[in-house]
Amino acid sequence: MIESGIETGMAGEKKPEGWNRPPVIVPDGEGDLLEVAMGPHHPSTHGVFRMDVALDGERVIRLKPVFGYLHRNHEKIAEGISYLGSMPFTDRLDYMCPLTNNWAYALAVEKLVGQAVPERAEYLRVILGELTRFQNHAGSIGFLTQEMGASGTPLMYAFREREKILDLFEWLTGARMMCNYMRFGGCRVDATADWLEATRKVVAGLPGFVDEFEQLLRGNEILMARTQGVGILRRELAINAGVTGPMLRASGVDYDIRKVDGYGIYNRFNFRVPLGDHGDVYDRFMIRLLEMRESLKILEQALKEIPGGPVMDPKAKIRGFRPKPGEAYGRIESPKGELGFYLISDGSPNPYRYRVRPPSLINLTILEDMVLGQNVADVVVIFGSVDIVLGEVDR
Amino acid sequence: MKTVEEIKAAIEAAVPGAGVEIVPNPSVSGQHSLRLEPSHAVAVATFLRDGLAFDYLSNATGVDWPDKEIAEKVKVTRTVTKTVDGVEQAAEETIEEIRKRVEPGCLEAVYHLYSVALKEGPLTVRMRTANRTDQVELPSLTPIWRSAEFQEREIFDLFGIVFTGHPDLRRLLMWDEFKDHPMRRDYVEPDDFEYEPTAHDQVLARAAAHRAAQAAPDSGQEGTGAGQ
Repeated sequence: MIESGIETGMAGEKKPEGWNRPPVIVPDGEGDLLEVAMGPHHPSTHGVFRMDVALDGERVIRLKPVFGYLHRNHEKIAEGISYLGSMPFTDRLDYMCPLTNNWAYALAVEKLVGQAVPERAEYLRVILGELTRFQNHAGSIGFLTQEMGASGTPLMYAFREREKILDLFEWLTGARMMCNYMRFGGCRVDATADWLEATRKVVAGLPGFVDEFEQLLRGNEILMARTQGVGILRRELAINAGVTGPMLRASGVDYDIRKVDGYGIYNRFNFRVPLGDHGDVYDRFMIRLLEMRESLKILEQALKEIPGGPVMDPKAKIRGFRPKPGEAYGRIESPKGELGFYLISDGSPNPYRYRVRPPSLINLTILEDMVLGQNVADVVVIFGSVDIVLGEVDR
Repeated sequence: MKTVEEIKAAIEAAVPGAGVEIVPNPSVSGQHSLRLEPSHAVAVATFLRDGLAFDYLSNATGVDWPDKEIAEKVKVTRTVTKTVDGVEQAAEETIEEIRKRVEPGCLEAVYHLYSVALKEGPLTVRMRTANRTDQVELPSLTPIWRSAEFQEREIFDLFGIVFTGHPDLRRLLMWDEFKDHPMRRDYVEPDDFEYEPTAHDQVLARAAAHRAAQAAPDSGQEGTGAGQ
């Protein structure tokens, strides 16, 4: 039982002063403040997430995010099972993008053991990764417009295309969202010629959708008014706060891990990195739209060049997989930002330490900085522009 | 990208007495790391950010290294008296003895740094606490890299490292009233599942045993068992 609300933690444990202070500060003398708990059951929080907001009129003067409603200690579970056993669990991190999660984990383990990946598997990974990025960005723009009051229409446009991509995932991997497709040293099953043909057909239809989507949204006066100049994130703060992905590039920082690390075979493809100018919600929306076009460019090249051959390195060890003692940090550019896995091996079949670097959680570090002084209605829009998935935030 | 040896030399030139130590990584990833002295960590981190352009802290996490019992075989020579042909003689005999010693454990914070300006990295930096029980303070790097804010809160929550100088050190994922730190290797799961009953026989049996123990008049025990 809990003795009191204040005395917490382990006995004899030292705490810095004020560590347990309440998240919201009391009135500052100018008038009464209103404390609002947005969430955990709020339609715009994309899941179970709470923001304790203090309002002076309609102006936000404090915002403290509260996490943990979806916490299941993914890292502890992974320490108790084999390396491969964690692969299906990575699907559940960012459940909008299971394949990039698979890829990041496979990449980290391949770094740890020095495993090579066959050519065809690399191409399949790029194809699936870019399809994932496309559907994530389309969905995230759809959700953003929904939070501004466009109830359903743009979101359904996005989901119509997303459904075509998920059908491809289902055909190849057996599941729409919980794909569990990549392995250390390749991919689980090969893509048939029919699947590649169907993918080419779907990809050929997507530029038309992007044009339509852009025309629908970019000329919309309400969207302009609600997004331009709202939730500005400065370049220096973005770098210092570890913000990654479209959020960072919208603030004008040229940092795309596909270009910087060139992991997989990304340095073979010709694509550009769109950069924002103002770092506001509108820039983040436009960066995602432009990245969808760049993803289509990569997809076209990859689908044209994909070679034959095995999808799994024949020398890859599957049974009795025990990496030598050591550690490795591997990262990829997931649709949300930098998704990294940090692994320490002690030579046993289970990882000694397994850490997920979640872009969704770290991109929320500067949420309070972006919303201070804005209207309460903009909190929802700014929060939506960060693009998070709670499965990854809380792990 | 400079090697860790070059970075170590640069740090030692800039921060006298920094006490940086190279931790080799035997794995093929070749990501060797630098272990910082906690008392100089903030000065070294500031130099890494401003002097060597590691402007982006990507990942911060904790590792628990529990006390390790090491058993070693030691050869010991001693004199014994033996009876040979009815005559007592002193003879030397060498036997193997197993001696146990305990290597004290610690908690470790690991940081992965990158440079956005120079597009290079990662540099792995780590710090160790003195022990796992009462001296668990480490200096917070949040004033230098803001991205450590939530990650250090998570380490505090799950491992129990107390970061001095952190602006808002509260639990991140577990609720504030929770005791213990779940990511420690010796953490024992509570046997009280009143919050989330699970339909597994094993779990239900443990929950029933817990309830029976609580109902027993002389148990007098309180708590969820999480603090054990």
